[in-house]
Amino acid sequence: MFAAALIVFRESLEASLIISIMVAATRGIPSRGRWILAGILAGLTGAALVASSMGHISNMASGMGQELFSAAILALAVGMLAWHNIWMSAHGREMAAQARNAARAINEGTRQCSVIFIVVALAVLREGSETVLFLYSLATSTEGGLQTTLGGGVGGLAAGLLVGGLLYAGLLRIPLRWFFSITGALVLLLAASMASQAASFLIQADLLPSLGAPLWDTSGVLPQTTAVGTLLHALIGYNAQPAGMQIVFYVVVLVAIATGMLWAVPRGQHAKRQGAAADHAAEKQ
Amino acid sequence: MKRLLSITLLSWACTTAFAAAPDEFTLTIKDHAFEPREITIPAGKKIKLLVVNKDATPAEFESKQLGREKIIPGNSTARINLGPLKPGRFAFVEEYHENNAAAQGTLIVK
Repeated sequence: MFAAALIVFRESLEASLIISIMVAATRGIPSRGRWILAGILAGLTGAALVASSMGHISNMASGMGQELFSAAILALAVGMLAWHNIWMSAHGREMAAQARNAARAINEGTRQCSVIFIVVALAVLREGSETVLFLYSLATSTEGGLQTTLGGGVGGLAAGLLVGGLLYAGLLRIPLRWFFSITGALVLLLAASMASQAASFLIQADLLPSLGAPLWDTSGVLPQTTAVGTLLHALIGYNAQPAGMQIVFYVVVLVAIATGMLWAVPRGQHAKRQGAAADHAAEKQ
Repeated sequence: MKRLLSITLLSWACTTAFAAAPDEFTLTIKDHAFEPREITIPAGKKIKLLVVNKDATPAEFESKQLGREKIIPGNSTARINLGPLKPGRFAFVEEYHENNAAAQGTLIVK
């Protein structure tokens, strides 16, 4: 029961932290709650499908199907987070302060909602499919079986959601003028972290060299299995024994998105300073 | 037809595996226990670790130290690319039963 609770907690924690960061980061976008819920449901459906076809996925690409599948999901999520962050740098402030042009806000907000939907669905799908397989394995292999496993699973899930909820509550206490800078930074680190995980799968598939495995080892100082290590892993991609290529991916994605965000900000501010006419012109571009 | 196809694919997989010629090492999971618990591989070269899951339930090979995680569906075999590694000892677990000593193993690189 404890084993079930622990693993489900670990998996649901990652998804739950991603979801709370996304919920916070999209504050002010109309009807985001519905899209997040839809993302969770789509992710759960996807997780069940992936879990049930894991045999097929594994056999694809001469046995490297799982690695490629995980890397593709992570890459897609990184792309969505990048787009979201760059878009928010340009429009976030207007969104939060109830944009002057409500129709435009709803229109672009809806486009953002599809990003939230996809990111949430992918997070739930990735963590969920592993959880489903684990619960299945445990339920059929231990005495007491299904009942204890389910009990532990529900407990673990509740704990995972609780931590996500606490993060969200904490984020909401941040004053509005720093709020989007902080959620933006969190999304940025999340994207870099997913990129480094994608690199790990590509190394595992032998498509990329590891460039030093591990490049360094901090498992003596802060093992990834501890609570703090797990939390840091989920939030900023902490890895006690990273491969060199993972660091390359992490840094490249971090710098690329940050550059995109910086590039997007002055244009928005510029338009605001120039007043409504320039705003209108910028909209046409 | 399906069987023929799978036999063809299997023999193709075998020949290409042998042609590429990285050494292969086999690890078995039965009743959620690794057999053997310790496996020795050579340092400084790429190898393939074949993990044969003889249980009907899925298992997950995971090693934080090696940076590897792979789900192995019931009654199937997973290929895990490893190396080149420096000499040392690397822990791995069957994550779904990682608290059982039998589901914990060590890769020794010499």
